Amino acid sequence: MKKANYLLTLFILSVVFTACSDDDSTPLPVNEEEVITTVTVTLTPTDGGDVVTLQMTDLDGEGGNDPVYSDPAVLTSGTAYTGTIELLNEAEEDPENITLEVLEEAEEHQFIYTVGGNLDVSLGYGDFDNNNHPLGVTFNLSSGTASTGTLTFTLRHEPTKPNDNTLDGAGGETDVEATFEISVQ
Amino acid sequence: MRKYAILLLLCSSLSFSQNCDYSLSGKVKDLHDGSVLSPAIISIKNDGVKVSTDTNGTYFLSNLCKGKTYRIEVVHPECNSRFFTVKISGDTRKDFKLEHHLEELNEVILTGKAYAIQSKTIAETKVSSDVLDRFSSSSIAAALNSISGVSSIGKGNGILKPLINGLHSSRVVIMNNGVRMQDQEWGAEHAPNIDINSIGRLSLVKNTAALEYGGDALGGIIIAEGLKVPLKDSIYGKTTTGFASNGRGGVLSTQLTKSTEKGWFTSLQASIKQFGDFESPGYILSNTGILERNASFRLGLNKINFGMEAYYSFYSNNIGILRPSHLLTAADQIRGQNSDIPLIINDFTYQINAPNQNISHHLARLKGFVNLTGLGKLQMQYDFQKNHRLEFDVRRGDDRDKASVDLELKTHTIKIDLKSVINDELGLKSGLMTAYQNNYANPFTGVRRLIPDYDKYNIGAYVIADYQPKEDWYLEAGLRHDFTYMDAFKFYKTAFWESRNYGTLYPEIVVEELTNQVLANPIIRFHNTSASFGIRHSFKKNQLYFNYALSSRAPNPSELFSEGLHHSGARIELGDLSFTSETGNKFSLTLEQKSKNFSYSIHPYIHLISNFTLIEPIEIEQTIRGSFQVWEYRQTEAELIGLDVDASMQLYPNLSFKHQFSLIKGYDKVSNKPLISMPPVSTKNELVFHNPKWNNFKMSLQSEYVFKQNEYPNNNFEVYIPQTETMETVDVSSTPEAYHLINFNTNVDLKFSEKYNLNIGFGVANVLNNSYRDYLNLLRFYADDLGRNFLLNLKINY
Repeated sequence: MKKANYLLTLFILSVVFTACSDDDSTPLPVNEEEVITTVTVTLTPTDGGDVVTLQMTDLDGEGGNDPVYSDPAVLTSGTAYTGTIELLNEAEEDPENITLEVLEEAEEHQFIYTVGGNLDVSLGYGDFDNNNHPLGVTFNLSSGTASTGTLTFTLRHEPTKPNDNTLDGAGGETDVEATFEISVQ
Repeated sequence: MRKYAILLLLCSSLSFSQNCDYSLSGKVKDLHDGSVLSPAIISIKNDGVKVSTDTNGTYFLSNLCKGKTYRIEVVHPECNSRFFTVKISGDTRKDFKLEHHLEELNEVILTGKAYAIQSKTIAETKVSSDVLDRFSSSSIAAALNSISGVSSIGKGNGILKPLINGLHSSRVVIMNNGVRMQDQEWGAEHAPNIDINSIGRLSLVKNTAALEYGGDALGGIIIAEGLKVPLKDSIYGKTTTGFASNGRGGVLSTQLTKSTEKGWFTSLQASIKQFGDFESPGYILSNTGILERNASFRLGLNKINFGMEAYYSFYSNNIGILRPSHLLTAADQIRGQNSDIPLIINDFTYQINAPNQNISHHLARLKGFVNLTGLGKLQMQYDFQKNHRLEFDVRRGDDRDKASVDLELKTHTIKIDLKSVINDELGLKSGLMTAYQNNYANPFTGVRRLIPDYDKYNIGAYVIADYQPKEDWYLEAGLRHDFTYMDAFKFYKTAFWESRNYGTLYPEIVVEELTNQVLANPIIRFHNTSASFGIRHSFKKNQLYFNYALSSRAPNPSELFSEGLHHSGARIELGDLSFTSETGNKFSLTLEQKSKNFSYSIHPYIHLISNFTLIEPIEIEQTIRGSFQVWEYRQTEAELIGLDVDASMQLYPNLSFKHQFSLIKGYDKVSNKPLISMPPVSTKNELVFHNPKWNNFKMSLQSEYVFKQNEYPNNNFEVYIPQTETMETVDVSSTPEAYHLINFNTNVDLKFSEKYNLNIGFGVANVLNNSYRDYLNLLRFYADDLGRNFLLNLKINY
C-alpha cells in the first residue's frame, strides 16, 4: 500500500510539474498550409495573340475580407485557347504552389467547368490522372460567337471518378469555386 | 448479521403527572441514499424499551409522555450508532438517518443531511441502476435521457451531451467523483469525457441551487460517483459485457474492489468499447464507429473520523463523424440536404477515418477529511485534469493525417469544505476553492486556432445554511461569489479586428501586428455572485419544494474569442470580446408524492436569463472555396418556461405503468422570436411487468413520442449556385417531423451461489425500425437517425 501510495504521489507531482513548465512567451502564429489564397487561370490562344488572365485572390483566407476578382475578361470569338489553372497559398512567407499537391493527388481531385449566362464557349479536359480520368488543371477552350456570361472553375476533393463532368455528378467537397465574368467579342 | 440493542433514556424531567399515551414512529434510513435500514434497533435506556424496525424500516414506540425530551439511540449492525433528542408534544413522526458503512468517502457526510449535494430543498433525480446497465454500451447522456426534462444535443450518437430544461454545455456542471469536469465542454459537439461503466450512481439536480459545486450551473448539475465500498474484509467485482446489433459492437467492462475492516480499500476498473458504422433503417451511416478505452484506480482509507483517498482515471476515445456530413460550403450543404439519402454511403467497416475526434482525459484527485469536534467535518481536495482534444478533418497533401484542432486543457483545483452542525435545527456548509487552468492550442495544425491560448484563475467562496424549524418544514439559503481572471493570447484577422472596432475599443491589448493578423492579449476579469433559497414542506404523503436560484456564468473562451472557420461545424464562428456574464433567475416548484400504488412529480419552472449567450447563423461569406455559413454569438434576454411530469401507477401486483412528459418554451425577449435549439415536447409511456419471484424477472414496453418543434427562429439564407445561376435557400432552421419509437426491454437475475450472480438483459430499441431525425442532432440535415438495435447485456457479480 505504502509503495502504491508513494508511486501515485510521484505520478501526480510529475504531472503537476510538467503542467507548470509552460513559458510565458507569446504563441506562434499558425502557418495555414492548405489555404488557397489565389486562383489564376491563364488562357493562351493556340495560334498566338494576347494571353488572357483571370484571377481571384483572398489573401486572408476564409473569413475576414472577401475575395477580390480581376476585371471582366474579353475573349476573341472563334478562337482556340489553352488554359492552365494555378493555385497558390500566398498566406505563407514562401508562397506555396498548391497545384502541385493537386497534381500529386490527381485521382482525388477534379476541376469542373461551368458555363453560365449566354456565354458561348466550350471546354475540354487537357490532363488526366493515372486512371485516365479527367483532372482539369489544363484544359482547352474554344470560343464561339459574341456573348457574355460567367465561367466557374470548381475544384472538387474526393469526387466520384469517373463522372459526367458536372458538379452534381462529381459530388465530393468543394476546395475552390471561382466564378469569372467573361465576354466573347 | 448480529442484532443488538442499546437502550438509553434520559428523562429531562421527572414529573410523572404527564399524559404518557403518546407515540413516536417513523423510519430508519440510510443517510446517503435514503434506503431503509432493517433491522435497526431503537432504544430508550431508562425505560428498558427497545424496538426493532420491520422490513420496511418502520419503528413504533408507544407510551411516551407529553412535554418530555427523550434521548434515543439508534443502532444498526452496519452503522455507527447515533443519539437523537426528540421532544414529544403529541404523536410524533420522525425519521432517523444513519451513516451506513457501506459508503466510501466520496461525499462528506454530515448528520441529518443526505449526500452533500442534496440540500433537502431540491428534488433530485437518480438514474436507476437498471438504466445504467442498459446503457453500458452507450453514453451517460443517453442514460440521463431517461429522466424527464432531460434530452440530448450532439452530433450523431457518438457525440451526445445532456441538455437539462433546455440548457446545455457550459450551463451544465458535471461532477465526476467529486471533481468538476473541465473537458472543453463549451460546444455542442464536445461530449462529456466520462465512462458510463465507471459510474456506480448517477443523479441529476435540475435546479441550480447546489452552490457548493459552482454558481454557474444554469441548466443543472450531473453527479456521477463510483461504487460504494464496504467497511469489511472482502474482495468482489463485476464484469459487464454488452453487445449491440446496430454498430455490430459492444462493451467489455470489469471492476475489482478489495476492502479491509480497518478501512483500507482499493479498486480497479477498466473498460473497452468498440463499434463499427451504425445504421439507419435505410442505409449505413458511414464513418460513425467508436473506439473507447478507459481505466480508473482508487486507493483510500476510510475511518469514521478521518479518511483519505487517491483516485485516478483515464478516458480516451476515437469517434467517427458521419462522412457525408463533412460539407464545408453552403452550396455543398444544399446538395447534402436535398439528397434523400446521404451523399456518401460506404460498406460497413470498423475503420474510423476523418472526420473524427480523438480525445483523452486524465483525472487525478487527492482528498482527505477529518471530523473536528465542535467544528464539523473538514474536507480538502486537490484535483488535476488534462484534456487533450484532437479533431481530424478531410485534408489534402502533407496535412492529411494532421489534426485541425489540437487543444490541451490543464486544470488544477484546490477545494476546502467545512460542514458543521450548529444544532438540531441549523446546519452550515461553507467552502473555498481556487483553480488554475491553462489552454494550449498547438500552432502546428496548419489551421488557425479557434480557441486561443489562455491562462485562467478562479477563486470562489460559498456559504449555505439549512434550517429545519419543524419536522415538516425545511429551509435553505446559500450565497456564493466567484472571481475569474483570464489572460489570453489571440490572433485576430485584421479585417475582423477592424470590423469590430477592437482597435479603438481595446488599443492596449495589441501585442503585434502581422500581415493579415493582429496578436492581442486580452485580460478579462469577471465577478459572479450567485444565490439560492429553497423551502420544502411535507404534508400527508406529499412533498412540496420551492426553489429560487440566482446563477451567474462568466462567458466561456469559445463565446469570447471564437473567430474563424470551425471545420467540424462547417461554419465560420464569431465570438465577442465585450460579452458580460450571463445571469439567470430561476423559480421552480416541485410537487411530489411517493407511495406504493401511485407516485408522481410535477415540476413547473420559469427561468429568466439576461445576457443569454447563443450562437446562430447570421449570413454567408464569400471565400475562395465558395460561400460559407457565418454563425455569430450574441447575447439577449431569454425566457424559458417549462413543465416536467413523472407519474407511475401500480395497475396489478406485478404490472405498473409509467408516464413522463416534458414541455419547454424558450423565447428571445428582445427579438420576440423563439430560441434556437429548444427541445420539442416529448412524452414517454411504459408498461412494466416485474415479478421478483421469477428470478426478479422484468419486462417493459416503452413508447417514446417526440413532437415536431413548431417554434424555431428562421435563420435561413440564400446562396448563389453557379451551375443553375439561381439563388437557393440553405435551410438551417426548419425542424424534423414528429416521431414515435417503441423500445422493449427484459432482464432476469440468476443466482448461482451466495457469491456469484448473473444478470441477463435483452432489449430492442426502435422496434418498428422507424426512420426519424432529431432536431437536436447536428447531423439531422444529412442522414436519418439510428434504426432498430438489438441489445444483449450480461453482468456477472462476484
